[in-house]
Amino acid sequence: MSITSLAADDGTSSRGTRVLGILTLVGTAAVAYLGLVATGPDVIQRDSVRLIYVHVPMVSVMYVPVAICSIASLLWLRKRSDGWDALAVAAAEVATVFVGLGLVTGAIWGRPTWGVYWTWDARLTSTAMLFILLLGYLTMRRLPDERSVRTKRAAVVGLLLIPNAIIVKFSVDWWLTLHQDATITRADAQIEGLQQFTLILSVVVGYLGMAWLMVHRFRIAWLESRIEDRGLDLAIAERRAEGDTLVATGGDQ
Amino acid sequence: MWDEAVLVAGKDLRIEWRSKVALGQLVPFSLLVLVLFAFALDPERGVLSRVASGLYWVAVLFSTTLAVQRAFSIESADGARDALRLSGLRPASVFVGKAAAIGAQLLVLEFVLGIGIVVLYSLDVAGWPLLAATAVAATLCLASAGTLYGALAAGVRARESLLPLLFLPVVAPVLIGATEAFEAALGGVESEGWPWCGFLVLLGLVYTLLGAQLFGSILEES
Repeated sequence: MSITSLAADDGTSSRGTRVLGILTLVGTAAVAYLGLVATGPDVIQRDSVRLIYVHVPMVSVMYVPVAICSIASLLWLRKRSDGWDALAVAAAEVATVFVGLGLVTGAIWGRPTWGVYWTWDARLTSTAMLFILLLGYLTMRRLPDERSVRTKRAAVVGLLLIPNAIIVKFSVDWWLTLHQDATITRADAQIEGLQQFTLILSVVVGYLGMAWLMVHRFRIAWLESRIEDRGLDLAIAERRAEGDTLVATGGDQ
Repeated sequence: MWDEAVLVAGKDLRIEWRSKVALGQLVPFSLLVLVLFAFALDPERGVLSRVASGLYWVAVLFSTTLAVQRAFSIESADGARDALRLSGLRPASVFVGKAAAIGAQLLVLEFVLGIGIVVLYSLDVAGWPLLAATAVAATLCLASAGTLYGALAAGVRARESLLPLLFLPVVAPVLIGATEAFEAALGGVESEGWPWCGFLVLLGLVYTLLGAQLFGSILEES
């Protein structure tokens, strides 16, 4: 399916997204039941282990939309078609949601497990930097400016997201291995049986939810760009009509 | 390409030399930051000399955002940006030229600031070659990344606050690398600092290549 035909109708839902949405909802309910009721507490982490069914999906999903944003930005710079821009903004927003939720759920989990909300762990630090990079990108997009200008700048910033994220990750890893011999040793819990199934299911549901959000957000972005075009066309038509009336009335008004 | 870059760099540096805005504001500002750190961290307890490397690079980073903003605001008036675009110079040359001009100013600033921390934070200077190499490598990173993001933020309405938001997270690795190398030179094992210096050189080349590649698409609009 070509990128333009995705938003052929005027809504943002289609049969495919409805199925996807229902699957996500059912999956979320299943994970909630399995994670809160069916599975038992951990020997060491007790009930706080249940947070991994929320936290792990967030962090395992979050790199995918970041990568999509960078790739879509690159393709926009190559092809200059609105679809890639819409995909980039959809991916960036969804990525921001998942990275933000990953950080928050990680902090909530860290408090009972590590005793602190935040620690200068390599993964935490580079994820926080990724969050700020994404916020910068979204700020860039929101600036009031001509659409072509805004899109072009956003595409450059979006394209640089991945190299920057890699450089930040690498430098933070290196920095922290110098400073501490070992990061906080996590309770090396063996995970098996129902817990393992719940965890895998939660990650699958995370991907489904991400895909569902992406498709809808993409369609909204696409419709937004269409309505901007249409608004311009309408304004031009109105001015023309005004001009015609002036000519018709001999410019008496 | 190189003589075009020299042309652009010469133009920017001449403007700076005649207006003395960067020199007259950046240097006092960065020294002020050093003094403010002393107020915040209580010089009596010896904290300052221990964290001097980090403070030095934070001061350089803040000053860089100002230098970059200045480098692009000189082109905001009288359609100078359009004139530059229409001049037929290759975008890569414009990028290298502007980055070189920013880099030259940063090197002067870093030198003055270096004297500042030695005097104000009573620091014993050691490991000169590593310090100098790190300063040059970090300047390459800051100037090239600064030029790239400065051009992106230029002409935008909220550019004063947008540039730091885009630029500072990107150069966080430069802060880490330069601080580690300085600490190794000043108090630690010098051989541990050289890999960080190499990292900065690599980073500077990456930013320069990316900037030279992407500058064309940034320049063509607005």
